[in-house]
Amino acid sequence: MPETSPEKRHGGEVEQAGGTRSAPAPRTSRLPGPAQGFGVTFSTMFKKVTTEQYPDEPKVTKPRYHGRHVLNRHPDGLEKCVGCELCAWACPADAIYVEGGTNTEEQRFSPGERYGRVYQINYLRCIFCGLCIEACPTRSLTMSNDFELADDSRGDLVYTKEQLMAPLLPGMEQPPHPMRLGDDERDYYLRAGS
Amino acid sequence: MGLEEKIPSGVLLTSVEKLVNWTRKSSLWPATFGLACCAIEMMASGAGRYDLARFGMEVFRASPRQADLMIVAGRVSQKMAPVLRQIYDQMPEPRWVLAMGVCSSSGGMFNNYAIVQGVDHIVPVDMYLPGCPPRPEMLMDAILKLHHKIQHEPLGPKRAAALAAAQANGTAPDLHVEMPSTVRADKRARRAYEEAAAAGRTGQFAIEQRGGNAVLLPGERP
Repeated sequence: MPETSPEKRHGGEVEQAGGTRSAPAPRTSRLPGPAQGFGVTFSTMFKKVTTEQYPDEPKVTKPRYHGRHVLNRHPDGLEKCVGCELCAWACPADAIYVEGGTNTEEQRFSPGERYGRVYQINYLRCIFCGLCIEACPTRSLTMSNDFELADDSRGDLVYTKEQLMAPLLPGMEQPPHPMRLGDDERDYYLRAGS
Repeated sequence: MGLEEKIPSGVLLTSVEKLVNWTRKSSLWPATFGLACCAIEMMASGAGRYDLARFGMEVFRASPRQADLMIVAGRVSQKMAPVLRQIYDQMPEPRWVLAMGVCSSSGGMFNNYAIVQGVDHIVPVDMYLPGCPPRPEMLMDAILKLHHKIQHEPLGPKRAAALAAAQANGTAPDLHVEMPSTVRADKRARRAYEEAAAAGRTGQFAIEQRGGNAVLLPGERP
């Protein structure tokens, strides 16, 4: 029989029933057993409640939580999406469908040549991994913190571009309209910060 | 299937309908049908921090005869499909099905020959919950939306026919099933959401409520 005193154990030994240490652990409380057990229950009544009151108190997630997508806009209201379909290519679940369109001088939705004419995300396929966000070259597609998406039909959970577009903030203008922040798309992308 | 077919429709039946629906929605007992990772989140929602007992549904019944909600949590393989159907058939009516997670809702990222592409190929689904896996709040949100749906279900064939007729000619009120539960819990936010829905801006609603912020940064948290 090897030495099994607690000091010399290394974690691999199995406690044998009826072995040398078969006696129960010494009790630290002087109360009778049931009183000690109910004491735990009783003292829990004075502890802070851990339950979240979810529907009454909205859940605030961590800022980097992967929630519902947003298609962002430039400060003048033009769409950032250029219809390159890189998000659709990156998506491991094939949840994103993009169809690009060509901007003209009369119908301009985004700076540059192309814009996302059709943009759909199927939230019954999307696994919120964020690979589309990493793939987006213009930071057009980002994720919000909203997660309350459940619905009762499959069709309604394919979100269209109208649902995914960011709202128009003060100073923004609903596209199509000409570029307001510069003469060409280089003013939006290359010289914007300088 | 009973008394409600024989009694005439009117004030009494609508009150009874409300009462019956209220009792049904406030003691919804789920059948345990955990198949994959979503089941972990389902178990977490039953535990103390999220506590589904607040909605009268903490007992996850292992026996389908005592359950009336089937939470299909996880991917359903082709081999599991007949089992799932049998469990559904064993549940007494009225019964509801909640497809939890993208795999059970549509197959999710497992678009292959082994996985059923949506559990609605096998059983009628009342609520689809996206997420991979959905966090416990998302499950609670879906359950509360299902509660809202159950509360407005017609009782008996006459009421169902009246509702179908109202839906056909467009006079049925919009239930806004997709309204987030936190919005529905707050009366002021609910009115704002209904206005946004009438204007077709439900997608932008949450960001507009946060003053144009898509995410809440630590400095501006409530």
